[in-house]
Amino acid sequence: MASRSADLRVEGLVKRFGEVVALDGVSLDIASGELLTILGPSGSGKTTLLKVVAGFETPDAGSVRVDGTDITTLPPARRDIGMVFQNYALFPHLTVARNVAFPLEMRNVGKAEIERRVAEALELVELEGYGRRLPRQLSGGQQQRVALARAIVFNPRLLLLDEPFGALDRKLRETMQLEVRRLQRRLGLTTIFITHDQEEALVLSDRIAVMNKGSIEQVASTTEIYERPANDFVADFVGESNIFHGTVTEVGSVTLDSGRRLLIAHPASVGSRVGVLMRPERFGRGANSFNGEVKEAVYLGSSIKLRLACDAGMELIVRQPSGALPAIGSRISVGIEPESIHVF
Amino acid sequence: MSSRTAGGLPPPLPSPVRRGRAGWGRAALPALPALVLLFAFFLFPVVRMLGFSIEDGSLDWYAKALGEELYLRVFWNTFEIALLVTVICLLVGYPLGFLIATTTPGWATLGFIFVLLPLWTSVLVRTYAWMVLLGRNGVFNRWLIEAGVIADPIPMLNNFTGVLIGMVHVLLPYMVLPVYGAVRRLDPALVAAAEGLGASSWSIFWRIYLPLTLPGIFAGATIVFVLSLGFFITPALLGGGKVMMLAVLIEQQIHQTLNWPFAAALSAVLLALTLGVYSLAQAFTRQEARP
Repeated sequence: MASRSADLRVEGLVKRFGEVVALDGVSLDIASGELLTILGPSGSGKTTLLKVVAGFETPDAGSVRVDGTDITTLPPARRDIGMVFQNYALFPHLTVARNVAFPLEMRNVGKAEIERRVAEALELVELEGYGRRLPRQLSGGQQQRVALARAIVFNPRLLLLDEPFGALDRKLRETMQLEVRRLQRRLGLTTIFITHDQEEALVLSDRIAVMNKGSIEQVASTTEIYERPANDFVADFVGESNIFHGTVTEVGSVTLDSGRRLLIAHPASVGSRVGVLMRPERFGRGANSFNGEVKEAVYLGSSIKLRLACDAGMELIVRQPSGALPAIGSRISVGIEPESIHVF
Repeated sequence: MSSRTAGGLPPPLPSPVRRGRAGWGRAALPALPALVLLFAFFLFPVVRMLGFSIEDGSLDWYAKALGEELYLRVFWNTFEIALLVTVICLLVGYPLGFLIATTTPGWATLGFIFVLLPLWTSVLVRTYAWMVLLGRNGVFNRWLIEAGVIADPIPMLNNFTGVLIGMVHVLLPYMVLPVYGAVRRLDPALVAAAEGLGASSWSIFWRIYLPLTLPGIFAGATIVFVLSLGFFITPALLGGGKVMMLAVLIEQQIHQTLNWPFAAALSAVLLALTLGVYSLAQAFTRQEARP
């Protein structure tokens, strides 16, 4: 399948529904062949953003450009964008093959050509031989694949995926995630993936855009988002976190609001207000040590998770390598290196 | 309370596997009043009426009904009108139902009022209203003459046209409502998906809406056709005795010629026809629904 992937640039998108501001000046650049995930809680505006890109909503302000061409007001039928909907939206009265053929028929592709490309697309999603079945005769995962085949069969310029794995069980979901990733890489298809599941976002993406209340909080690579979140919201939404606030009292040292002092490696200037993030799995030994009472201890197989109540009302979530669970109420010490503390 | 529960023990749960006749009996119990009502006021009169037609021990009245050309023409007439009414209802009702289902809530409410208001008004009242509108000196003819469109009044009452107009008006809601329901049941994501895949509005209608609302069309058409077959008031009043439909003929046999056995035979044939059409439609729908 020849790729004619495009880059996408949205600028200053604003969309209001009555009093509600769904998009509050969203700008985003996606390179050709990139997979970008838009991650955010429900109501953050991520679905509205997708609808504006697909053409189902017209923004009140701002523009959508594909390969430099403004498509903001182009109707969806003329955008050449493949989309996979939350509940697949397969046509129930058409067979799998006819579903996949639909976008080709709409483009007046010849019969033989359609047949060839449908077979190719079904092979790509590993559904050879399912062409004559109806959607309702397929499992959820198979329907998902049909929807995917239908969205890519016409060589779209962009692929949009709107929480496509929400209805699948965990195992199938992980398989499909990897499959989408494989397919997307193979076709070099510029893809926007929408999810509220941060784990899914980390597995799939080249980059992640975290959305909240109609704005983008941060756009960065997966590691960047996890290791160096830009603010409280991103730090809290992606992964487990211990977030505190304080003031830099001298170079390499923060005094938290609780009074506790922390050594940091970050060169923040003296006197500035900062947030500090300590990921639970980063605790072990280190220059900053905490002594706390075990309030909660959970065995998770590959690790154990503890909730510690430390001095000055500080509470810490700590992950440690799997082992015996400490008794509730006992006191233990953990430490963290200054380099492992992210300051923002 | 049965004796089993008298000892204060909870009744044993009915086994789902061995639900025999007793299980069915219990299930039917709440429906008993309705069944009694149906039997006393519907089944019994129908059977009694059918009895009239064979009271003299022969099928002569049926031979007359199905053998003489005069009466066969009435059957044909009835079918023709029913079919025409169904087709017109479909042509008017589908777009109307579709529009009401897809427009904004405000317009939908207005549309509903227009469709349902007649349904709540007596057929008799509506039919008399049509007489006022369609007559030789009726509202329509006077308008048209005053506007200079026509010189002589168009005959619209006491003929085929009048009956058609009246029947379509009365039966239209039965087409609009199933179509409305079918369009509403259609997942809007399918329409969006088709649009996103490059379909024009025209394609979306023919490829998505129409096939997926076919059951609604079929349900509406069946109801309208079946109701048309036995329609009485409207053809009787707007046809002015010149448009002979089966129900009108039956009424004549009862009131004017007092030939009850023949009226009963005609009714039996009408009943058989109606049931035939209905079961045909059912068989067809079931086939549609099969994967």
